[in-house]
Amino acid sequence: MEIIMAFVIGFLFMAAVYLMLSKSLLRIIIGTGLLSHGAHLLILTMGGLGGEAPPVLSEGAKTFADPLPQALILTAIVISFGVTAFFLVLAYRSYQELKTDDISLMRGSDEDE
Amino acid sequence: MLQVLYIFMPIVAALFVPLFYKRMKHIHTGWFVLAVPATLAIIYATYIAQVAKGEVFTAELPWIPSLDISVISYLDGLSLLFSLLITGIGSLVVLYSIFYLDKHKEKLHNFYVYLLLFMSAMLGVVQSDHLITLYFFWELTSISSFLLIGYWYTRDASRLGALKSMLITVGGGLMMLGGFVLLYLMGGTFSIRELITMAPNLAEHPLFTWSLLLLLLGAFTKSAQFPFYIWLPDAMEAPTPVSAYLHSATMVKAGIYLVARFTPIFAASELWVWLVTGVGILTLFWGSFFAVKQTDLKGILAFSTVSQLGLIMSLLGASAVAFHSNDSIDTIKYAAFAAIFHLINHATFKGSLFMIAGIVDHETGTRDIRKLGGLMSIMPISFTVAAIGSLSMAGLPPFNGFLSKEMFLTAMLALQNFEFFGFDTWGALFPIIAWIASIFTFIYSFYFVARTFMGNYKPEQLPHQPHEAPIGMLISPILLATCVIVIFFVPNFIGDTFVKPAVQAIQPFLYTTPQDVDIYVSAWHGHITPELLMTVGIIIVGVLLFVTLPKWQGLYRRFPQAFTLNNAYNKIMQGLDVGLNRLSQRFMTESMRHYLLYMFSGITIIVIGSLFLKDAFRIAWQETSPIRPYELILAVVLVIGTAIVILAKSRLTAIIGLGAVGYTVALFFVIFNAPDLALTQLVIETISVALFLMAFYHLPKLGKREERMKFQLNRAIISIAVGIMVTLVALSAHSQKLIPSISKYYEETVYSLAGGGNIVNVILVDYRGFDTLFEITVLGIAGMGILAMIKLRMNRKEKIHENK
Repeated sequence: MEIIMAFVIGFLFMAAVYLMLSKSLLRIIIGTGLLSHGAHLLILTMGGLGGEAPPVLSEGAKTFADPLPQALILTAIVISFGVTAFFLVLAYRSYQELKTDDISLMRGSDEDE
Repeated sequence: MLQVLYIFMPIVAALFVPLFYKRMKHIHTGWFVLAVPATLAIIYATYIAQVAKGEVFTAELPWIPSLDISVISYLDGLSLLFSLLITGIGSLVVLYSIFYLDKHKEKLHNFYVYLLLFMSAMLGVVQSDHLITLYFFWELTSISSFLLIGYWYTRDASRLGALKSMLITVGGGLMMLGGFVLLYLMGGTFSIRELITMAPNLAEHPLFTWSLLLLLLGAFTKSAQFPFYIWLPDAMEAPTPVSAYLHSATMVKAGIYLVARFTPIFAASELWVWLVTGVGILTLFWGSFFAVKQTDLKGILAFSTVSQLGLIMSLLGASAVAFHSNDSIDTIKYAAFAAIFHLINHATFKGSLFMIAGIVDHETGTRDIRKLGGLMSIMPISFTVAAIGSLSMAGLPPFNGFLSKEMFLTAMLALQNFEFFGFDTWGALFPIIAWIASIFTFIYSFYFVARTFMGNYKPEQLPHQPHEAPIGMLISPILLATCVIVIFFVPNFIGDTFVKPAVQAIQPFLYTTPQDVDIYVSAWHGHITPELLMTVGIIIVGVLLFVTLPKWQGLYRRFPQAFTLNNAYNKIMQGLDVGLNRLSQRFMTESMRHYLLYMFSGITIIVIGSLFLKDAFRIAWQETSPIRPYELILAVVLVIGTAIVILAKSRLTAIIGLGAVGYTVALFFVIFNAPDLALTQLVIETISVALFLMAFYHLPKLGKREERMKFQLNRAIISIAVGIMVTLVALSAHSQKLIPSISKYYEETVYSLAGGGNIVNVILVDYRGFDTLFEITVLGIAGMGILAMIKLRMNRKEKIHENK
C-alpha cells in the first residue's frame, strides 16, 4: 500500500506545483492547500502504514500505528490552516486594493507610487 | 587577563562618547577621548624595561572555546613597539584633532567613535597570537578606516575613496584568511608562536607556497605596496588627523607588522625573499617617482608614504636573507634593525608632515601646491617643523632619517654579495634602484617644503587670509619634530630600548635575547663608507634635479592616462557594475512565477541528483502493509478529486474539488489508525472550504472570461518533475530505515512518565509541549495579521474621506 501511496502523493505534489505556477491568486492558494495535504500523507507514509490499532494504550493491542508522524501531522494541519486563512485574507485584500487577482499584474514598480 | 582588556579599552570608551557629545556641548569631545590613548600609552610604557630584557607577556581571554578561539594578547618587542606607536601617536593625533575639528560644525561623536574603534582593532592586530582573532581585528581596522575616510560622506570623493580602500584592503584580508587556514591545516594550530616553533617542518609542506602567497597578498594590500597602493592616495579625503594616524603611522604598517611577524616561518623560502624585497624596492621607486608629479600637499605625502613603506618592506625581505647567510657577510644583519628603526623614524617625521599639511589646509583653505608659496614669514613655526620633517625624510643629518637611510643602503649593498637565490647576478640592482629612489625622495621632500613656504606669496589665490596656527594645533607636530632631532643624537638608546627587542622577535633564529643584537648606530663611522658616498651623490644629483624641476616636471604629463593602475581599477569596477547588473536583470524578471520555477527546478535537480549520485534509491516490496479495497477506492477518489481541481473550469468547481481531496485525506487517516488526525482534518477542512467559498464570493467575478487554464509546457514539465521527485523520495524513505524510530520510547514511557493513554495527545501536550505552545502562537499571529489587514482597510477609507 505504501508504494501506491507514494504515487498518489507524487500526483498530489504535481498538481499542487502546477497550480502554484498559475497566475490566479486563488489557484495559487488552492495549490498550497493541495501541497499541505500531500505533505501530511507523505509524513504518514514514510512512518509506515502498518499497525493494528490506533496509538492509544488499551488491552490486547500488540502493535500500534506509529504515533510520532501523527503528532507531527496534527501540528502541521493546524499550521497549514492558519497559513491558508492568512493567504485568503491577503488575496481578498489585495483584490480590494488592486482590483485584480492576477499576480503578473501585481508587480511593485515605480508607477504604482 | 587585564592585558587583554587593555585592547578593548578604547571600544568601551567609545560607548560613552555620544553621551559626552550630547551632554557637554561646550567642551570639545576630544578632551575626554584623549584620556584613553594617553592612559594606554602610560600602561604600555611600564612594560618597556622588562621587554627590553627579553621578557614576553601573554594573557588569554577565551572567546569561542568550543572552536578553540580565544583572544590572546602577546607582548614581545615587536608588539610592544607597535602598541606604543598606536597609543603614543594616537594621543598626539587626538590632541591635534581637538583643534583641527570644529566642535560646533563637525559630527565629533561619529569621528571619535570610529577613531576609538580603530585604536582597539589596531592594538588587537599587533598583539593577537591567535590567527583567527588577528584576522578579525585586521578586518576591523579596514572597516574603521572605511568609516573614517568617508567621514565627510557628503563628498563624492570621500565615498569613492572609502569604497576603494575597503574593497582593496578587505579583499586582501580575505586572501590572508585563506593563508591562515592553510597554515592551520599544515601546523594544526592557530597560535603564531607554536607555528614558529615548527617552522622547519612547515617549509616541506606542499601548501607552504600557497599560504605564503595568500598571506603576502594581505600584507601588500594593507601596506599599499605596488600594484595595490592606489587606494592610499584616494584615502587622503579623510580628515588630516586620520591621514596622519591611520594612513601613515599605524594602519598601513599592519602589513609591515604581518611580514615581520611571519618572517621566522617563511624566511626559509626563496620566493618570500624575492617577493618581499622585490615588491618593496619597486614600491619604493614607484612611490617616490610619482610623488614629484603630485600637486596636492597630501597627495605628495601619500605617495611618499607608499614609497617609505616599500623601503621598510624591502628591508624586511633582506632580513630574511640573514636566515640563509653564514657569518661571512654580517652587514645584512643591519636589515632588520634598519627596518624597525626606520619604522619609528617614519612615524615621527611623516606624522609631523601630515599635521603641517593639515595646518596649511586649515589656515589657507587650500592644499593645492600651485596656489601656495611664500608662507615662511607668515607661519614660521609650521615652516620650521615642516623643514625638519622634510630634511629627515630626504635623509640628511642631523635628523633621524639620515641614520636609518644609511643603514638601509648598507643592507642593500650587502645583498649583492650573496651567492644563492640568484643574488650574485641580480643583487646589484638593489643598491642602484635604492639610490635612484632616494634621489626622488630628496626631490619631493624639497618640493613639499619649498613650494609651500618659499617662493612667491600669492594671497589672491588663497581662500582664507593665512596666519599661524593656534598653539594647541602646533603642540603635536612640534613634539614629533623634537623626536626627529633627539633620536639622531641618542640612536643607541632608542636602539636598545625599542629596536633590538623587536629585531629579536623578527629573527629568533639569529638572536636569543635582545642583548645579542650587536649593532651600534653611529652617524660618522670614522672613515668614508660607500653609504656616505651614495648619500653625497644623492644630495648632489637631487639638488641639480630639484633646481631644474620646472623644466622636466612636464614629462609626467606625457604618461598616457589610459595605462595607469587607477584607470584599470575604474574600468574593472565599471565593467563589474554593468556586467553583473545585466546578468541579474536577465533572470530577475520581477515575475513571481519565474522565481518559483527557478526554485522548484533547483530543488528537483538537487534532490534527484543526490538521490542517484549517492545511490540512495531503494524500493522494498516486502515490508509493505497489505492493500485493502477501501484504500484503493480512496486513492482513486483522491486522484480524481485532484484532477478535478486542476481541470476545473470555474473556481467553484476547483474549491469543491479541493474539499473532496481534504475529506478523502481525512478518511485515509481513519483507515490508517489515526483517529485524532481524522477528527482534526474534518473540522479544519470544513472551515477551510467555508473560508474559500467566502473568499470566492468576494473575489472578482471573472466567471465569463475565465476559461480553463492554458496548458504551458514548462509548467507541466516542472510540476511532473516535482511529482516524480516526491514519489522517489517517499519510496526511498519508506524502504530504508537508517535509524530506529523513537516511537518505541514514547510507547513504553507514555503511561509511566506522562500518565496518559493516547500517545499522540501526550506527545503534543507533554513531550513536545513547547512545540504546541509555539504552534498556538503562530495561529495567534496569523489571526492578528488577518484582523490587522481588515482593520487597515477601514482606516485607509476613513483617511480618504478626510482628504476629500
